[in-house]
Amino acid sequence: MAELMYREALNRALFEEMRRDPLVFTMGVGVAERGGSYKVTEGLLKEFGSERVIDTPIAEASFTGAAVGAALVGARPVVEVLFIDFTTLVMDPLINQAAKYEFMSGGQGKVPIVFRTQGGAGNGLAAQHSQSLEAIYYHIPGLKVVMPATPHDALGLLKSAIRDDDPVIFIEHKLLYMSKGEVPEEEYLLPLGKADIKKKGDDVTLITYSNMTLKCLEAAELMEKEGISLEVVDLRTLTPLDKETVLESARKTGRVIVAHEACKRGGVGGDIASMIMEEAYDDLDGPVRRIAGKNTPIPYNIGIEKASVPSVEEIVEGVLEMVYI
Amino acid sequence: MGKHSPKNMGLEEKPSASQVDEKILLQMYRNIYATRQFELKCIELYRQGFIRGYLHPYLGEEAIAAGACAAIGPDGYIVSTHRGHGHCISKGADLKLMMAEILGRATGYCKGRGGSMHISNKANNNLGANGIVGGGIPIATGAALGIKVKKSNQVVVAFFSDGASNNGVFGESLNLASIFNLPVIYMLENNHYAVTTPVEYASACCELVERSQAYGMPGVCLDGNDAVEVYLETKKAADRAINGEGPTLIEAKTYRHAGHHVNDPGLYMDQQDLAEWKARDPLILLSQRIREEKARKIEAQVDSELQAAVEFAQNSPEPSVEEFLADIE
Repeated sequence: MAELMYREALNRALFEEMRRDPLVFTMGVGVAERGGSYKVTEGLLKEFGSERVIDTPIAEASFTGAAVGAALVGARPVVEVLFIDFTTLVMDPLINQAAKYEFMSGGQGKVPIVFRTQGGAGNGLAAQHSQSLEAIYYHIPGLKVVMPATPHDALGLLKSAIRDDDPVIFIEHKLLYMSKGEVPEEEYLLPLGKADIKKKGDDVTLITYSNMTLKCLEAAELMEKEGISLEVVDLRTLTPLDKETVLESARKTGRVIVAHEACKRGGVGGDIASMIMEEAYDDLDGPVRRIAGKNTPIPYNIGIEKASVPSVEEIVEGVLEMVYI
Repeated sequence: MGKHSPKNMGLEEKPSASQVDEKILLQMYRNIYATRQFELKCIELYRQGFIRGYLHPYLGEEAIAAGACAAIGPDGYIVSTHRGHGHCISKGADLKLMMAEILGRATGYCKGRGGSMHISNKANNNLGANGIVGGGIPIATGAALGIKVKKSNQVVVAFFSDGASNNGVFGESLNLASIFNLPVIYMLENNHYAVTTPVEYASACCELVERSQAYGMPGVCLDGNDAVEVYLETKKAADRAINGEGPTLIEAKTYRHAGHHVNDPGLYMDQQDLAEWKARDPLILLSQRIREEKARKIEAQVDSELQAAVEFAQNSPEPSVEEFLADIE
C-alpha cells in the first residue's frame, strides 16, 4: 500500500490508462503545460506529447463537442472541464450529443468519453465556481455519473470510466484533491455501479457520496461514542445506482438519511429517498430523510458559505432526531 | 432582381467538366437525382401520413452533398444536419434502410429510434445528422482530432448552414481546427435562410466565406448548385487536409426549392429569386455534362431502387415496444 493524495491517485490512473491504450488522450484548459489547475494531469505532456495531452482555448462547447467526434471515430478522450459550473456551457454536446448517440443511431456507435470535472463549495470561490450540479446529469438517460470520495476509489473508478464505452461524467470535489488515503501499489479497477459500505452499523443508514462521505464518517465516529451505530454507504457512482446495496442497508437499519452537498430541491437525495420508500417501505421505521445543501447560490463569505452546505453537526442532529422519535 | 438572385453572385462561369472523370460525373448525377426523387417521395409519404415529426427536404441543394462526398470518397467522414437526406445518400446509404428509418420502422438505420433528423450510417463513415443547428460542427472538428490521434489518413467534411454559422460553436470550432491543424473541411451550405430568417438580416457580414480569414484558414466561395465545382474545390481542400495543411472553409451558395420544412410554404422567399435558382437546378447543370442515354439509364435504376425502398419500408415491422422497454435500465 502507498499513501496517495486524491489528485495523485487520479494522475496515476491517467498515466496507467494512457500507457495501456494509445487511443486514450486528454484535453482541456491548461491540462498540458500547466498540468491542470489541480495538478491532476501533471507530467502527462512530458511522457505522451502534445498530440495526446492537449491544451485547448477556453472554448468548452467546441472542445467538449470535439470529444464526441473523436470518440465516434474510435479515439477515447478524457476531457477536463475545469469547474462543473462551466459544464453549463456544454449542455448540447453532453446532453443532446454524447448521451443520445448510441440510442439515436440504433446502436451503431458508442461514445467512450470521460468528462472530468470538479464541483463543491468550501474554498470561497462563490456562486459560479462552487456548485454541485450532479442532479442535472443524473437526470439524463445515457450518461453515467461517478463521484468518488477517496483516493482509492478515485483511482479505480477513473480507470474503469476510461475503459467504459459510454459517456461518463466524473465529478471530483475540490476539497478532496489534497486528501490522503491508502492505495494498493498493484493495478486495480473498481466497477461502476457498485456502492461501498465505508462503515458498517446497525441503527441508522447514511447514504452519501463524494466529500459528504467524509463528513458522514466523522459523524459516525462521534455517534459511536454515544452508542449509536451508523452505517455509511458511499454510492461512488450515481448512475448506475447500486440499488441493491442501498435497499439492503435500508432494510437492515430501518432508518435512512440521504446526505449530499447539492441543494435539496430537485436533488439526487429526493429520488433515492422515493426509491427506498417505494421498494422497502415495510421495513422502514419512518420516512427517509434528506440532509442537503440549502436552496441558495453558494455565497462568498466563509460564515455564510459554511451555512449553505451540510455540516457534521447537522448530520449528527439529523441522526439524533431520527433515533429519539 | 431579388436580394438572393444568383445573378448578383457571379455564379455564371463554369470550370471545364473535362477535369473530372466520367465515373465521378455519373456518380454525382446518380446521387443528385436519387436525392431529388427521394425527397419528393418523402413529401408525398408525409402528406399521406406515413411520416411524422419534422421533414426538411434538401431540394435544390443536392449538388453540394454529391460533389463533396465524391471528393472525399468512402474513406472520408461526414457530419450532417437536420436537412441531411442528401448527405446520407451521397455518402452511399442504402435507400431501403433510409426510407425505413424515416417511416420509423425497426429495419431502419437507427431501428426507428432516430427518424429523419438523426440518420447515421457509421458503416459508410456518415457520423450522423443532427437535430441541433450547429451541433455537428464541433463533432466534425473532433472527428478530425480523432483522426490525428489514430494517425489515420482521413478527412472530415462538416456540413452546416448559414444559420449555424452564427452560432458560437462555429467560431470556436474553426479556431480549434486551425490551431490544431486538423484535417477538416467546413462546408457552409448558404441557402440564404436560417429557418425563415434571411442571411443578410442575421449576419453582420454577408460574405460568410470571409470569416475564414479570422481563423487563419483558406476560404473558398463557390456555386453550390454546380456539383463539378463543389467536387473540384472539395478535392483540393481534402488534399491539403490529408497533406497536413489544415482546414478549409467552403461557402457553397445555393437556394432551397421550398420552405424550411415540409409544412412551411416558404411565402417569405422572393419568387423571382426562386425562379432564377430553379433555372440553375443542380440536376440541369450536371445533365449538360453527361450523355443523355447514361442519364436516362441512371434515372431508371434509381426509380426502381426507390420504389423498392418504399415497399421495403412500408412492409417493415414497427419497433417492438417490449424490446424497447427491455433495453431500459
